[in-house]
Amino acid sequence: RSRIHKFLLCASGDLVKVFSTSTEEWVHVLQGHTNVVTGITLNPANQLQVYSSSADGTVRLWDFTDGILIKTFVIGYPIATLLVSNKHEGILFLVVPAKDNSNSECLQLVAAHVPKTLEQEVEVRELSSVLPNISPNPRAVGFGREGEYIASAEGLKLIVYFFRDQKPYRSVPLISSKGAKNTFTCVSCHPKDDCVATGHEDGKIRLWRNFNQKKEYTYTTLHWHHSVVNTLCFTPEGTTLLSGGIESVLVQWQYDRNSKYILPRLGGSITHISVSADGSLFTTSHSDNKITVIQSNLKVSAVIQGLVKGEAVHTDLVIDPRSKALVLNGKPGHLQFYSLQRDKQLYNLDIVQQEYIYQEGLDQYEVVKAAFDAHGSCLATVEERGKKLSDTEITLKFWDYNETAQSFVLNTTVMTPHDNRITSMCFFPTAETTMVVTTARDGCFKAWLLGQESDTENGPSWSCDFVGRYHDLQPTNCCFSADGSLLAVSFQEVITIWNPETWELLTTLCQPPGNIKDLCFGRLSCSRYLLATTTKNMLCCWNLLTCSLEWSTSIAVTLLKADPLSENMAVFTLQKEQTDLFVFKPCEPRPLFTQNALCVGEVQRAIFVPREEPLDNCDESSLWLNRSQLYFTINPVCHLLPTQAVIDDSVAVTPFYLLLGKHRQREQEMCGLPVTEQQGRLLHTAAHVLPPASFLCNMFVKSLLISQTGVKVETEPSEQQAESEKEEEESEEEMDSCDAQQDRRVQGLGVETVPLISKAQERELKKVRRTDYSWLSCLSDS
Amino acid sequence: MGEFTVHRVRFFHYMPSGICAMAFNRRTERLAVARTDGSVELYSRTDHFFQEKVVPGRQQRSIQALCWVGKRLFGAGLSGEIAEFDLDNLRLKFSQDAYGGPIWSIVCNPQGTHLAAGCEDGTVKLFEILEDQIRFERNMGGQKGRIISLAWHSSGTKIAAGMIDMIKVFDLDSGELRSRGSRMQQSQECVVWSVLFLSDIIVSGDSAGKVKMWDVNTGTLIKNHQVTEWDVLTLSVSQDETSLFAGTSEGTVVQFQLLDVVLGQEEKEWVRTRTFKNHTHDVIALAEADTVIISGGMDTQLVVRPLLDKLDFKSRDSSLLKILFPQRSLVSCAKKAGLLLFQYPTHLELWRLGDTEGHGPPGCILPVSRNPEKLLHLKIKGEDHVCCSAVAPCGEWIAYSTTSGIRLYRLQRDNKNVSITKVPKLPKVLRHAHQLCFSPDSSHLYGTTSSAVHVVALTSAGCKFEHSLKPNSCVEPFGNESQEISDGKFLASANSNSEIHIYNMHKLKAHCTVPVYRSGVSAMGIHPETNNLVIVHADHQIFEFSIEQMQYTDWSRRVQKEGLHHVWLERDTPVINVTFNPQNPNHVILHDSYMFCIIDQSLPLPDRKSQFHNQLTLKSLPEAERLKHSHAFKECKLYQPLLCVDMLENQSLVVVERPLLDITTNLPAPVRQKKFAT
Repeated sequence: RSRIHKFLLCASGDLVKVFSTSTEEWVHVLQGHTNVVTGITLNPANQLQVYSSSADGTVRLWDFTDGILIKTFVIGYPIATLLVSNKHEGILFLVVPAKDNSNSECLQLVAAHVPKTLEQEVEVRELSSVLPNISPNPRAVGFGREGEYIASAEGLKLIVYFFRDQKPYRSVPLISSKGAKNTFTCVSCHPKDDCVATGHEDGKIRLWRNFNQKKEYTYTTLHWHHSVVNTLCFTPEGTTLLSGGIESVLVQWQYDRNSKYILPRLGGSITHISVSADGSLFTTSHSDNKITVIQSNLKVSAVIQGLVKGEAVHTDLVIDPRSKALVLNGKPGHLQFYSLQRDKQLYNLDIVQQEYIYQEGLDQYEVVKAAFDAHGSCLATVEERGKKLSDTEITLKFWDYNETAQSFVLNTTVMTPHDNRITSMCFFPTAETTMVVTTARDGCFKAWLLGQESDTENGPSWSCDFVGRYHDLQPTNCCFSADGSLLAVSFQEVITIWNPETWELLTTLCQPPGNIKDLCFGRLSCSRYLLATTTKNMLCCWNLLTCSLEWSTSIAVTLLKADPLSENMAVFTLQKEQTDLFVFKPCEPRPLFTQNALCVGEVQRAIFVPREEPLDNCDESSLWLNRSQLYFTINPVCHLLPTQAVIDDSVAVTPFYLLLGKHRQREQEMCGLPVTEQQGRLLHTAAHVLPPASFLCNMFVKSLLISQTGVKVETEPSEQQAESEKEEEESEEEMDSCDAQQDRRVQGLGVETVPLISKAQERELKKVRRTDYSWLSCLSDS
Repeated sequence: MGEFTVHRVRFFHYMPSGICAMAFNRRTERLAVARTDGSVELYSRTDHFFQEKVVPGRQQRSIQALCWVGKRLFGAGLSGEIAEFDLDNLRLKFSQDAYGGPIWSIVCNPQGTHLAAGCEDGTVKLFEILEDQIRFERNMGGQKGRIISLAWHSSGTKIAAGMIDMIKVFDLDSGELRSRGSRMQQSQECVVWSVLFLSDIIVSGDSAGKVKMWDVNTGTLIKNHQVTEWDVLTLSVSQDETSLFAGTSEGTVVQFQLLDVVLGQEEKEWVRTRTFKNHTHDVIALAEADTVIISGGMDTQLVVRPLLDKLDFKSRDSSLLKILFPQRSLVSCAKKAGLLLFQYPTHLELWRLGDTEGHGPPGCILPVSRNPEKLLHLKIKGEDHVCCSAVAPCGEWIAYSTTSGIRLYRLQRDNKNVSITKVPKLPKVLRHAHQLCFSPDSSHLYGTTSSAVHVVALTSAGCKFEHSLKPNSCVEPFGNESQEISDGKFLASANSNSEIHIYNMHKLKAHCTVPVYRSGVSAMGIHPETNNLVIVHADHQIFEFSIEQMQYTDWSRRVQKEGLHHVWLERDTPVINVTFNPQNPNHVILHDSYMFCIIDQSLPLPDRKSQFHNQLTLKSLPEAERLKHSHAFKECKLYQPLLCVDMLENQSLVVVERPLLDITTNLPAPVRQKKFAT
């Protein structure tokens, strides 16, 4: 990432984005690389041009004020880092895999001589090796004073290569005591003096001098960081040194005095720092997908915040009904409200309300559940701490929306609402009663009610209203029906239906084998159906009027989600590490829409997000998306970087997505770690959030002209259509019989009966089941 | 081991005192260290910082500054007197009042002709150094404000004086004030604890925690390094003036180096580089000796830190050395009576060891049937501190010596009562002894002075001077280090030139001398049966000398031929004491501060490749194979730090320990520091 005074460039996925430093607005996007962008540097010869390198083996030269690609240099090797220097005009220094070594982790630094041609695309063949054994970390290589030498740190070695006498000097720092973590993490060279600053894993910064001596090199140690120093940067005048680490504190060291200034609480850990050419602005990029622009007097002047990438999404994806924002875990102990429409974080709500201290192994409170009521005026959150069962601390908090403060205000805190982990939580769906139901592993579910106005001076508070149990089984899920007349709580294999008014157990439903994983009531016209998925790969649909199994099918469902605005349900299934998506209505066991091989890996969380305006003119296959959009997050199975075990990024399966057939990347990593292709593909964002409208229209039209992908998807369901037509007749019959049974039940009102299934019905059901199965399996085969 | 009953003694409350001044003599490579109790210790750098001599302290003597002039050592302190130490007789040679109030600092000019003393009354007093005294020459300055620190320019014509809030530069030719630093800090009083006069700049360390570089001619500040939030107490510069050290109240030593701003160009700058933190308390004194930096302070330890960039290869010199314990024995043990005499600076304590009747497997703690008991607390008369003491093996006689006199007491023990009577009429020749010792049958007391060994016969009636023994070829006076006696027949005495003289006590004449080795004698002992003298030197070489045959024994020759194991030679504390196991004549017991070692002369020596600490591996081997793998050295580190290890006659081992924690808890509180997460 590099920048000049007015513009800030940042590599994000396979794009280079240009931001304005003053307005935080996104100005351009430099598009053209086909793989992750690994490095950007300004062209020293022309300050309005920028070089960018990518893992696709090309270096591109851009005019970033207009966003035009000027030249492409084809190197042929995936490039890990790009360096250029004023002194070495026409030479690009690249870190590429060592040629003679098949081991891709072994990198070397090469100098590439750029041929002077006018062609747009140039193949660079002249590569001369400079230094072997380079760290894959792009921050571990740096040019020294006026390009006289290059310093590279790898492991426990610092190598300084002087171009004049073509000789590398290496120094090995003393490993004084056992357990001292002296590994180099980053390097920065003083622009005027012969001084190399290195960051270390133990949080120390060393300033090396006299490094052209064999023995009498010497260093000064600066120590403030208590963990790894991630990045270092000298200001262009060399008067100060900036360092950042995992503590999210920017430290400004005075170069020749032993004093420092710190700017704390910047958010996530600092991954990169760069300074504008005149030294007046610093920018830091953070691991939580944020860029901060800081003035040289250490005042934050601008923040560019993307979707916060937390460690994991413990809370489900939730929509705030008031702001229509997506709510999920953000910073540790916070909930973030993220506007999908504008791709911007609206605000952070501090749930835990404790100062977050970064320390390894420290058990932090984490928000694990969040739920809103129908109008978004109440929020319930659950936070817990403690990995072991014995020391788990759970807190249930209720928040009220305060109109004047435009934010949520804490109403009630319940310490240890349950004796064990809370497994699910849901709000009463209508506005008449404010009720929350929580289920926990201690075997009971509790209903919490907002008390009367007169209870306390501070207004009504929440209290426990009812504790329900069922045979000492552990409740796993709870769900209210759309009108709030029924509450379904699943206890392992059994689903119990309760009347939330009287807390009467109405009926139980059971479809062994397998515990219930997900539970969901149908909506609108399908509200008589209750759907559940089990751990034994069953998707079942009960008719609540008959209390009988309407249909069931055997698919490996990972997630079941209902669209709040329509009858549609979405099901994600995992097959051979590929996730398929089916959208259907509970009343007809036939998918409205299928998408095979949606992505690799398991879908973790998903949500239907209501659109602001229903979309009218879209084709049949994506009709289900006209009211809401479906977003989901993926947990990739084959992940190279365990630190990012969960990538949460939203992919919109929108008409735009289908039509454009093109992947868009969210700003994610700066010049970060090498991101695999798979990850890259997972980093797609909603197409509609990206662009200026004109650009989008252009693409839209273009894709209409060319793209055939949408049609392709369509054809598959239409083939199925014919097959399933026969079955439709049968299911119509079944519908009739169901109606008959419904009538019967109406007659025997109030009497709890386990519905008897006639032999004919049973046969029919079996048939349905069988046909369903075969139908789905052939679908999945195709 | 299961061989000995061990008395683990922890009631010797030895407390070292803090270091308040240091001076390093580059010519003789000797380091002089002054402690807060007024004692001065001399260490030899060439002998791996072996403590050669100790000038005992004196009450109310405080030394603020030490200064070498050639081979002479001067000291001055808050008593207002300048004193010269007699390093041969280990006492003050003379002292002269400077008449300027307490003296904070003395320096000598590079030519070695004059001394300058900075006094409380704000004057710098110049003294001419004469053969046997110093003569006041003149006064400089004389305004209000004490002079804390002084530095002499290498040309010898200018003196910089650090005061409160200012630095003055005096020109010696004109005697005038040349320039003065302006007031350094607006808000707070700032004491210039230390100044250095380099060839072109003055460096100062002050109580604001800053190291400042000043221009000599204009008195302007060139550069300012904030080193600490507390005080910078001392500064030291290398001889080539490229590296500078500052000691702070935080216990850190900070290095500054004169480095190229741009490699290969002329412009240079003082840059703060390394920080050493080896002290817990204030670093009060620093000395730079080419490849090492020596620091000492309130935490009483002397730390010798090698500068690795100046050393070419790894050796014994390249490891950090901490000197905390005295390198001579402060405990004497009455072997027959089971008594221990502890030597404190101002008093002596006599203890009777406990007793046990229990038996148990090796390593177990035996029940004590009689507790150890403090018999005597003997206060020293006069202001001088004890320099040596001894108890007779029978436990009936106690003797101690200060620089002013020797006292001998007779101890009478009834069942419970202990009475003590001073023995009058000690011979006049025996006014001051470096070492005292009793003969094994407690019939004679031997005291060594710098030139002779005096023999006093002890009877129940009193004492009688018998003889003075002088070495055959006494060329120069010497300070006797240690002496050792066998079954009354032979006495060996070693001096600081590591010459060892052996006397025949029956014939009362000199017997022979041992060939001189290059390293100082740290401990020696005469075997009671074979009359072999075992000598351990400061570099850990071991010799065995047969007195009767007047030559080295075969074992000694074998040791020299095969060489000692490198682990043994790399030990950093010298051996303090040598004793023998009466049960097994092959066993020699040595100890230093951190281990004791039994050398079995019948076993083969460890060769270079073998494992030195092999007790554990031996334990795991079957009985038959043990002998094959065992070697002569058996170390025991179970008890540490050790002040004394001795064998009693009843085959029990006395081990006097002084846990480090007890010493650190008795130190004053260090300066408060903000630590992360506290």
